[in-house]
Formats: sequence, C-alpha cells, structure tokens
Amino acid sequence: MALVEVRSVSKSFQRDTQKITVFEGVDLDVAEGEFLALMGPSGSGKSTMLNLLAGLDQPTSGTICVGGDEITQMSPKRLTAWRARHIGFVFQFYNLLPVLTAFENVELPLLLTRLSKAERREHVATALEVVGLTDRGSHYPRQLSGGQEQRVGIARAIVSDPTMILADEPTGDLDAKSADEILNLLQRLNTEFKKTIIMVTHDAKASERAQAVMHLEKGVFVR
Amino acid sequence: MKYSGLVWKNLRRNRRRTILTAISVAVALFLFVALQSVLTALAAAGNVGSESRLVTRSATGITFPLPQSYFQRLGGTEGVKGVSWGDWFGGIYIDQRNFFAQFAIDAERYLAMYPEIQVPEDQKKAFLAERASAIVGRGLMNRFGWNLGQTVVLKGTVYPGDWEITIRAVYTPGTKSFPDNVMYLRYDYVYERSNHAAEPGWYILKLDDPASAAALASRIDGLFKNSSSPTKTETEKAFQAGFVTMWGNIGFLVRAIGIAVFFAILLVAANTMMMAARERIGELAVLKALGYPNWLVSSFVLVESLVITLSGGVVGIVLARLALSRTGGPLAQFFPGFSVTTGTVMTGLGIATVLGVVSGIVPAWQAARLSVVTALRQVA
Amino acid sequence: MKIPIAYNLRSLRARPVSTIATAAGMALVVLVFVAMTSMAEGFRSALVATGSAENVLLLRKGADAEMSSAFERNAANIVSALPFVAEGPDGQRLVSPEVYVVVGLVRTAGGMANVVIRGIGPRALLVRKGIKLIDGRMFKPGSNEVIVGKTMALRFPHTTIGDQLHFAGRDWAVVGHFSAQGSAFESEVWGENEQFMPVFRGQAFQSITFRMKDPAAFPGIKKTIEAEPRLFADAHLEVEFYTGQSAALTLILKFIARFIAGIMAIGAVLGAVNTMYAAVASRSREIGVLVTLGFEPRHVLVSFVVEALLISFVGGLLGCLASIPFNGLVTSTTNFSSFSEIAFAFRVTPAILLSGLIFALVMGFFGGLLPARRAARQRPVEALREV
Repeated sequence: MALVEVRSVSKSFQRDTQKITVFEGVDLDVAEGEFLALMGPSGSGKSTMLNLLAGLDQPTSGTICVGGDEITQMSPKRLTAWRARHIGFVFQFYNLLPVLTAFENVELPLLLTRLSKAERREHVATALEVVGLTDRGSHYPRQLSGGQEQRVGIARAIVSDPTMILADEPTGDLDAKSADEILNLLQRLNTEFKKTIIMVTHDAKASERAQAVMHLEKGVFVR
Repeated sequence: MKYSGLVWKNLRRNRRRTILTAISVAVALFLFVALQSVLTALAAAGNVGSESRLVTRSATGITFPLPQSYFQRLGGTEGVKGVSWGDWFGGIYIDQRNFFAQFAIDAERYLAMYPEIQVPEDQKKAFLAERASAIVGRGLMNRFGWNLGQTVVLKGTVYPGDWEITIRAVYTPGTKSFPDNVMYLRYDYVYERSNHAAEPGWYILKLDDPASAAALASRIDGLFKNSSSPTKTETEKAFQAGFVTMWGNIGFLVRAIGIAVFFAILLVAANTMMMAARERIGELAVLKALGYPNWLVSSFVLVESLVITLSGGVVGIVLARLALSRTGGPLAQFFPGFSVTTGTVMTGLGIATVLGVVSGIVPAWQAARLSVVTALRQVA
Repeated sequence: MKIPIAYNLRSLRARPVSTIATAAGMALVVLVFVAMTSMAEGFRSALVATGSAENVLLLRKGADAEMSSAFERNAANIVSALPFVAEGPDGQRLVSPEVYVVVGLVRTAGGMANVVIRGIGPRALLVRKGIKLIDGRMFKPGSNEVIVGKTMALRFPHTTIGDQLHFAGRDWAVVGHFSAQGSAFESEVWGENEQFMPVFRGQAFQSITFRMKDPAAFPGIKKTIEAEPRLFADAHLEVEFYTGQSAALTLILKFIARFIAGIMAIGAVLGAVNTMYAAVASRSREIGVLVTLGFEPRHVLVSFVVEALLISFVGGLLGCLASIPFNGLVTSTTNFSSFSEIAFAFRVTPAILLSGLIFALVMGFFGGLLPARRAARQRPVEALREV
C-alpha cells in the first residue's frame, strides 16, 4: 500500500461569479521513502495539491489518505494535530520567524510535543547538524544568507521526525549554488534518512534530483 | 511556559510600540485610580462622623442658630451623658481663596467629647487659659507654614472686624478620616467680642448607649417641636453624610469621565494589537502550517496584549499610589482621608485585564480564523 | 503641499479600522474636554447672569455673602433717599431690601439640599429686569404666597402651582413659577420680605439692591455709600459680586477639565504615534518611490504631518458633535459661596467647540511629528530595498 493515496480529487474555487477548476478527478500514489517532484507551469495547481496533502486546504471532492488516515475526513482540529505529527513543510520564502534565532525557529514544532527542554535541545542540535548549521544556532534569520535560511527551514521540517516532507519550490528564491546545496540536502535526507519527500518545483534541474517526476498538465498528472 | 520566549520576543520586536502602548495604559490607569479614589473618598466622607454622638441643629436649615437655653434642656434629657456646642465662624485669612473651616467651640466640654482632636496636655491648658486663642490642625499648620504661638488675623464675615487669634495648640487627628485642617476658636471669646450676638450653630450630644440613638433623636425633636426653634437631631455620621450630598452628582460625573478614559485607551490598545497582528499574519500562518492549533496561536496574541496592558496598568497604579497616598495629594484638602485603597488597586488591575482581553480578542479571533493558504499566498 | 492631500486621504481609507480607532480615541478626549469646560462655562454664566451691571448690591461691611450680612430696617429708607438711585415709572425709587435665608429641603430625587429663600421688596421685579413669570401669578403682598424658580420647580416636590411648600415650620402657597434668563435666581423661592422677616431672622434685611440712574457713576456711588456711617455697608456691583461667587468653582472645574483631558491626551497622542509609525513603515516603499521621483524630504514630512492632522481633525469633529447634546443639560451643584444648591445648564459655546477642535489638532500634530520625521529621513535606496 502506498503511503499517500489520492483518489479522484477535484479542486475548484469561486472567484467573483466565475467557478475556476484547478483540477478534476486526480489520482496520485506516493510510496514510502519516495522522493517525488511535482512539476508544471505556474497556476497548474501543483502548490494547491501540496496544500491538500498537508491538510492546509480541503478538496472539493475526492479522498486523500496518508499512512492509512483519511485526512479529508478529519475535523480541522484533528487535522492540525495530525499535521504537527506527520508533516514537515519547507516554504519557498523560508518563512522563518524574524524575532527568533535559528535554534528557536527549529525548536518551534517541538514545543507542541511533550519533550523536555533537554530533549528538545538535543533534537534541534541534531537537525542543525544534519543541515550543516551547528555553529549558526544563535543567529537571527536576517544574519543568514538565503541558502542558510532555507537550510534552517529544512531543519525545522525534519526536527520532529515527520512521516513526510513537503517542499514548495524550496529553491525558487535561491541562486544556483545555494539551490544545489539545498537539493543535495534533500537528496541526502531521502537516501540516508529514508524520508519521503514531495517537492513542488518548476525547475527542471531540481526535478532531476528526484527519484520520480510527475507533470501536472491541464489538471492531469503524468508520470 | 515554554512558549513564553516567543511571546516575549514578539513584544520586543517593535519595542517602541509596545512601550508607547504600555505608557498610554499606565496614564489611563493613573487617571482611573485617581478618579476611583475620589469616589472612595466621597463614600468615606459620608462615613467620618461617629455613631455614638448626636448632632442637634435647627430644623429650618443648617444656617439657623439654636437658642443658648437649649443647653440645659438637652443636658437634662434622659440618655444624654454630655452636651456641648459649636458654631461656624467663617473668617477670611488674608484672601477668600485661603478658605478653611473655623469652628467656635464650647472649649472644655467640646474637647472632652472629641477624643479625635489629640492635643498635648500643656498646649490644651494654654488654649483653655487664653480666650483669643485657637487649636489648629497639623495639616492647616503646614499649609500656611504657621508656628505654635503665632498670631494670625482673621477678617470676620459673620462677626465683623479683624480677629487676632493666637495659635496655642496643634492637634493631630486621632483617626484617619478625621480632618486635620480645621481651626477651633473659643466660643466664649466670639460671644463676648460680638456683643453677645453669637448663638450655638449646633449641639453635640454624647449618649449613654449608642443603640438608643434613633429613639433619643426623635424624643429630642419632639421636645422642641412646638417651640420657635424646632430641631433636627441625627447621628453625627448621618449629619456628615448630608454634607456629601451637597457636592451634587459628582459621583456620576466622575464615573462618566472614567468610562470615557477607559474607552479612549481601549481604542489605543486595540488598535495597537490589531496593527501588531496584521503585520504578523504570515508568521501566524506559518505557525499554523507547522501544526500549531488555533487556540494556541490566538492565545499568543491575547497573552501579548495582556502583558502590555497589565505591565502598563501596574506602572500606572503604583505611580498613582505613590503620588496620591503618601502626601494625600492636592485632593486631600477637599476629601479628608483621601487614599488609594486596596480595593481601588484591585479594580485597577481588573480594568487593565479587561483592556488586555478586549484589545486582544479581535486580532486573536482573526488569528484563529486565518486561512493558512490565503495568508501564505499573500506573503509570497 | 507638494504631495497632494488626496494621497493622504486615500491612504487613510486604505486602513479604515486604524484610522477610525485613532480618531475615536481623540474624539473621546475632546468630548471630555468640551463637556467639562461647558459645565464650568454653564456654572459661570448662570452666576454672571444673576447680576446686572446697572445694579448695586449692599452687604454689611465685611460680609462676603448675603447670608452673613444684615441691615436694620431703617437702612432701606436711607438707601431710598440716596440721589443716584433710579426711579420707576410711578416715581418710586428702585430699591429692593431683601431677606435671604437658606433652608434645607428634600429633593424629588432624594437627599437634602440647601435652597435659597429670598424675601423681596415690592419693586424687586423692576430692579431686576430679567425676571418673568412664566406660569401662575405674582404673590399677593401680606399673604403667605410664594413664587418658585423654574429649575427649582423641576427638582423639588410640592412646587407645583396650588401646592403647599413647607419650610420654616409653615406652609407656603405656591402661586407662580418664574424664569430668570438661566441665572441662579431660577433655583430660588421668592416671597414677600415682610412675610419672611418674623419667621426667620427677625427685623432685619440681609441685602439691599438698587438700580443706579447712571451705571458709569458706580465708583463714586461706592465711595459715598461706604463712607455713610449709618449704613455700615460694602457696595458691590451686582454682576461683579455674582461673578466673584462663581470664580472659585469655575476655576476648579476648568482645572479638572484640563487636567483630565491633558492626561487622556497623552494616551491618545501615543496611540496616534503608533498609528503613524505603522503607516510610515507600511509605506516605506512608496516613500522611496516619492523621493526617487524628486520629492524632497520636507515634502514627505509635511505630507505625513498633514495625514496625522487629518485623523485628529476627524477625531475633533466627532468629539465636538458628540458633545453638542450636552448643551442645555441641567445639573446642579452647591455654590459654596452661598451655601446653597443651584441648578445650571451645560453651555456648549462655539468658542469651546473651537478650542476642542484645536486641542485635537495639537494632539494630531504631536502624534504625527516623530513618525513624519522618520519618513522624511528615509533614504530612497534603503526604502526600495525593503520588503
């Protein structure tokens, strides 16, 4: 059984009087440990799909199961708790809290758990070590480069050891060199730590690093 | 508590705004405490008199005197342990603006009836030995910088002429609510110098049994009912309370101002919280995307608001307490016993809390309702 | 104004909640200021209206109020014979020797209040021009009838025409109501002086008021009267005497108005500072563009100060509008100079409204100054790099 099972999912929304359909009847399977790249032109609905998988948004119809849990059936409250446990999210613009240090930013998801302060410190240290920023823990986001900020973002996504990592254009705002480092990091997370990763990108170079690539064209996925 | 770091850092993010808002709350609470203390003082002023003393005055009005002959008749009434009297002197010290109360008292008996007027024994003797002398309250001495033994000149309004009075004694109030800004003159001196024009303004009665006050009061009034000067007798406490009503509807006025102050500052604080939350919509959305439940994100906003209003409130209350309680402040002149009570402090803290909750509630609710997808798209 | 004001107006509209909250905060400050000042003004003008500039009020030497004054009966005749006293249409001298006492009465709303009972002479209504009977009739000489002031009738029971008002151990028949141009007289009960004398303070008047033939001659008149040993009197110009009675309380009320509004203003100004800083911060990019286009920093400064002034103007206007209903509202307080309660109406005058508006603009100016300076100091390159 696949880790993620998307079954005949449709998503449309109302803009003024017009009904806009993003996609219709989409099916998608992602196996555990897979590194999947979702590609497509702007407005094709790839980010919408990612939001659906993260439980941030609800489909108009259809079902989505992750690890056997049907997240499309969950109440918003349960969904929030589920997301904290199972999803690590990496944003295009990093979305670090400017008032917190790198360490504290990474620690944020752990505050929701029952871990003690010492345990939290240990986990954060490990995550920062994985992304290679052990010595930058006390830096504030504005003191870091874009690539470093994104690595903090990734550390934050993996610190609570989630079931899968969802990355929305993680290299979209970076120069080629930094982008390359981020992609190396994601690849390593996949091969070394067996993390399931779904990455939305419109950069062909980025998608090359994934095990599998799916194209979203006119509302249909093509593997 | 593990989230306190986040709240603290958010407060420090726009330090200027946090501090300015806290100051405006502090200012409001300062004003509130002052206003509330006026109300408390008003209530207390109606409470200063004793319940074990009765006051007998003319039924026609407070400005009408009573015959001297009532002294014997009151003293002979069953249940009355002692009688004395006083009168309003109403002199002007240099200028009308220097107004203070002057009572011409039946000296020895009056002092015996008022343990609240605490005078050193030798000074009391000096006062009783000299007719043109006075006992002056400590507060009044300080107000005009008078010294013991000094002679002051009062310009008489009720009793014409210049009155040279020597201060022979200084009293300190025996209870907190008893005024410390009164001058007591000798009635016998006023009587003599005014060519016997003076008459007692009111009589003070000491009771055998305070519980019998009401019955005794109506018995006394019955005694004089058909005379040319009918009386009205009540406990000293009720008599004083009557004076408080002379201020008119000051309580309502003070409350109305208090409400206006509250809402003015509420608008300031609420606006600040909304601005703070609006600037951080993206960050709140990120927290929610990370799996922070709605109530937690909301409570960050609410707690932040509460920290601002409570810290400002505490500063304002403490300042008010220091400024108004120690010296009594300028208001003490109008209201003896003016002070910032614990009750006022607690109410002030309550108000600060309400300010915090109400200011934070809208942005907190917005934070809870916030759609992560829309908010993140706006930021991106 | 190099940068058009329309730009500010549109910017304010773009963040309505913030604008309204800030303006409303200022409106409340202005409301408190205007309402309290109108109260002081109402009290002052009630007492000022009580006195006339053509009348002289005589009190016993040294007496500071009618209550502490006294004249023998004969004094009235001495005054009537003075040459500078005006004459009425019937050739009678316009003099009113008056009995003045303060009695305690129970208000309709509860509680005792001190009320002035004034026993007037037969020509009192000719001496005092503003008095009008609005209901009923004048009391008959030699009877126990009284007339009651307009606001007094509103606040005390047994003051309707036909009622018996009880004071000084007697019943008095109410036969008329009078108005007195909003003055303190409207809080009094008037009857005949001859009737009041025996029941109150014996054969004496408390004051003697007369109309002058020539008001300009007052300084000389004062001198003559005060030098007259048979009178032993001080002469006061009536209007000055009553204005003087209002001085202390008016001063206190005005002080309270300024003190409270001043403290509230600190809060409101800080709120405006916050709002304007937020406005500057959120528009740093736009400011960068303006400066790049060639606008000078001082244009930016003026523009933001004007924006703050606009907010405060709206606040001031709202506050003034909200305070207008207070105009005419009747309240009462004790006039401590006469030891009696007088009722008076709030007077929201154009001058007070204007000062409220100016008060608001001052708040706006101080609220906008620092943020505007911050905006003016922004370097275009930095501004454009932000966001």
